[in-house]
Amino acid sequence: MTTKQFMIVNRKAPYGTIYGWEALEVVLIAAAFEQDVSMAFLDDGVYQLKKGHQTKGIEIKAFEKTFGALEDYDVTKIYVDQESLTERGLTADDLTIPVEVLSRAEIGKRMEEQDIVLAF
Amino acid sequence: MLHIINKSPYDRPAFDSVLKTGEGTILLIEDGVYAAVKGGTAEAKLKTALGKFKIFALTPDIEARGFAERVIDGVTLIDYAGFVDLVAENKTSQTWL
Repeated sequence: MTTKQFMIVNRKAPYGTIYGWEALEVVLIAAAFEQDVSMAFLDDGVYQLKKGHQTKGIEIKAFEKTFGALEDYDVTKIYVDQESLTERGLTADDLTIPVEVLSRAEIGKRMEEQDIVLAF
Repeated sequence: MLHIINKSPYDRPAFDSVLKTGEGTILLIEDGVYAAVKGGTAEAKLKTALGKFKIFALTPDIEARGFAERVIDGVTLIDYAGFVDLVAENKTSQTWL
């Protein structure tokens, strides 16, 4: 099978819309087909990775466990935009999984390297 | 009147638009609750608004997003029953979609 480089770009906050979940579905499907998958989190998308989501009150499944399972699918290239974190008062320590924090310009370069970029 | 905001202040101008209306009561729900979180660039806006608006945020939405420990002082946290009370107490309410 041909392997292509996929980047899934996340710019939406979790739970307010379904985009975050749909992005994860695509990541898991692409990974199941042994594609080279990376994820980039920018703007409100960085909120998806915040530690300690307690979603019992809104009766929606939390993201945390699925993010934790990404490693089992060999999805380990998780890029987070530094500017977006800073604007929201967050640091890498606030996030639920290990990530690579990059400048927006560095994320732009990674985007250029992809065969396929899907935005959510 | 009661202004209900469900959009992130970092993504949409709904919060800014409400502040320009002058005074009243604001309820932050869903992605709107990010306006009530400490440490970001939106914190100063909310603090200024506290002089003119009573500001409430929906606890289940704050908890879902992992920010229960970082709510800005002066914001009142309420549950779904409190949401209903606010709507009943105010003569009119508007959701800034």
